[in-house]
Amino acid sequence: MLHVENLTAAIGDKPILKGVDLDIGEGEVHAIMGPNGSGKSTFAHALAGRDGYEIGGVATLDGSDLLEMTPEQRAAAGVFMGFQYPVEIPGVNNMYFLRTALNSVRKARGETEVGARDFLAVAKQAMELVEMKQDFLDRAVNAGFSGGEKKRNEILQMAVMEPRLAVLDETDSGLDIDALRIIASGVNALRGPDRSMIVITHYQRLLDYIKPDFVHVLVNGKIVQSGDHTLALHLEDHGYADFVNHDLDDAPEKPLTGAPS
Amino acid sequence: MSEATREIEELTEASYEFGFSTDLDTDVAPPGLDEEIVRLISAKKDEPEWLLEWRLKAFEAWQAMEEPDWAKLDIMPIDYQAISYWAAPKQKPVLDSMDDVDPEIRDMFDKLGIPLHEQKMLSNVAVDAIVDSVSVTTTFKATLAEAGVIFCSFSEAVQDYPELVREHLGSVVPVRDNYFAALNSAVFSDGSFCYIPKGVRCPMELSTYFRINSQNTGQFERTLIVAEDDSHVSYLEGCTAPQRDENQLHAAVVELVAKDRAEIKYSTVQNWYPGDENGVGGIYNFVTKRGRAHADAKISWTQVETGSAITWKYPSVILQGDRAVGEFYSVALSSKRQQADTGTKMIHIGKDTTSSIISKGISAGNGQNTYRGLVKVMRSAENARNYTQCDSLLLGKDCGAHTIPYIEVKNPGAQIEHEASTSTVGEDQLYYCRQRGMTEEDAMSMIVNGFCREVFNELPMEFAVEAQRLLSVSLEGSVG
Ligand SMILES: Nc1ncnc2c1ncn2[C@@H]1O[C@H](COP(=O)(O)OP(=O)(O)O)[C@@H](O)[C@H]1O
Ligand SMILES: [Mg+2]
Repeated sequence: MLHVENLTAAIGDKPILKGVDLDIGEGEVHAIMGPNGSGKSTFAHALAGRDGYEIGGVATLDGSDLLEMTPEQRAAAGVFMGFQYPVEIPGVNNMYFLRTALNSVRKARGETEVGARDFLAVAKQAMELVEMKQDFLDRAVNAGFSGGEKKRNEILQMAVMEPRLAVLDETDSGLDIDALRIIASGVNALRGPDRSMIVITHYQRLLDYIKPDFVHVLVNGKIVQSGDHTLALHLEDHGYADFVNHDLDDAPEKPLTGAPS
Repeated sequence: MSEATREIEELTEASYEFGFSTDLDTDVAPPGLDEEIVRLISAKKDEPEWLLEWRLKAFEAWQAMEEPDWAKLDIMPIDYQAISYWAAPKQKPVLDSMDDVDPEIRDMFDKLGIPLHEQKMLSNVAVDAIVDSVSVTTTFKATLAEAGVIFCSFSEAVQDYPELVREHLGSVVPVRDNYFAALNSAVFSDGSFCYIPKGVRCPMELSTYFRINSQNTGQFERTLIVAEDDSHVSYLEGCTAPQRDENQLHAAVVELVAKDRAEIKYSTVQNWYPGDENGVGGIYNFVTKRGRAHADAKISWTQVETGSAITWKYPSVILQGDRAVGEFYSVALSSKRQQADTGTKMIHIGKDTTSSIISKGISAGNGQNTYRGLVKVMRSAENARNYTQCDSLLLGKDCGAHTIPYIEVKNPGAQIEHEASTSTVGEDQLYYCRQRGMTEEDAMSMIVNGFCREVFNELPMEFAVEAQRLLSVSLEGSVG
């Protein structure tokens, strides 16, 4: 459903993504791991349509060219991004924000908008998923939220938006183990045959809870290794040293001891 | 011409066609201002001698005064002799029912969320509709009368309750207070009068809706609200004007008197025509609003100022009695070439008096927005407290925001707190909203409305909705 080919992203003259290839099938969960600064967030933003990058290559969702679309068009096409750093919007009620978001994509798809009362039911269900209390909806979007609350709010939004493709950028960072468990079980509950996911993480810890179908290692703007979830375990033991210590262009060719081929 | 422009023009046309047809021909005095004009206005309104004297005294004072130039406003010189000071339907329309009200006025009310149609009237809002400074209708008079509340046009009050008017007129804003107040005192045409007797909680919201319609005329309304001991009233004011290429002068005066333990809540949604992108046309809005709060009384001003080419306005509270409370909540938007110099004055005289000021300034396009405030604590004001918060939001590179808070403290026991911030709508905020499917304009309007939340929360429900809508409309085209 997602096809990415030789995707490049640069800021000014600085290349950040140097040709990423990735194919994701229906209902698959792919993890992208990599050291800090390797371009993981940039990859997510390139898919979501953030301004400010020179983009090259191909990215299609269900056959439609994502790179041609504005961020809101991509959202309507079913792309959801869970932000590494969710943005605060003071004074905007969380519930109102959620409903506006849902109705914006529904409107763009030519579907009917959801009224306030019906939406409340949708929101309630979503909140149970991430174990949030009602007062959460009455607060301003992310304003004064703890790190964990912000991340839970991202998953809540995902649950409401029901995306085709969810790109979760370091949803696990800064969470204690309980929060991690809640988020992971929320994400697992949202897995389904019609929804694919890219789970970006720095640590393999999250992948104990969210079992990915595939794991990719992104280093210095390129995917240098792909495999199943055991690749994550290898990284847990060995870190990224195997990749970053070598000339990166050569990295994919080098055999990895203990890693699946 | 844009669709919206055409619509506005069509509406304007319609008002002339249906509202003021031949026998309701508009009666306009020749341009210019001298003693004769002041006498003419007073005579047209059949005013008692004392009021004529009062006007003449104000006129004399005005002639000796200079236009203020301290505001951060860049204004084309106003030729006071080129303005006509009297415009009114020759004959006041006699309305059998609310449904006889000019359809355009009704449309405008509908858009403000305050329908004038008899079947659709809001059950809890009484409306005084003022077109070109003349009251055309007041709803719910009978219901209010049962509670002892007087709510009528200023002209009627002069005829029917001369003692009340005489006692309070100019008691809060003296004729010599400032240039525009003096001018208003000399030539004011109409406005609203409210009187809430002792211990009465006004059973509904009172609302005045101002509409400027005529061309080349100045607009000078006078509003007086008197709340006796232990009474309570919430008052709403809405303003709109059609699109015109020339600037029009609007110089109103509002006086509030809150006696012991009384409470007056005064809310304004001002949407006078702001002029176009090049600064052509728009209302020059010079308004003096002030309240006097006696012991344990509370006066609360809430304003949403989205219109006018120039806004010069400082709704103030004299905290006269002990434990009096003054509040000022303001959203002022300047886009296109609009300039707003607005804020408040809180004058602490009584002991244990408290004031709070929340000001939200939004600048877009080439707009300039200045918060100008004065917190003055007199020697007598033991233990006075003030909290001021001024937030500015900039949308774009060509606009400006300025914060000028004056603090004068003569009593060392005063506690004064001031916070100020300036921010821009972040790219990251817009992107976040767009990633959630919202268009850039929707996102912008949501973020800006969020910025104004604390002020909108103070508005009665219908007005809050209208204010949000207005803000969004005013910001259209400010994105990108
Ligand atoms: N706005 C920016 N301007 C310049 N460089 C940037 C910008 N944003 C990110 N980068 C750089 O791009 C690289 C990849 O960043 P990022 O995608 O955030 O990595 P990751 O998410 O894997 O930690 C880093 O070297 C980072 O410094
Ligand atoms: Mg990152």
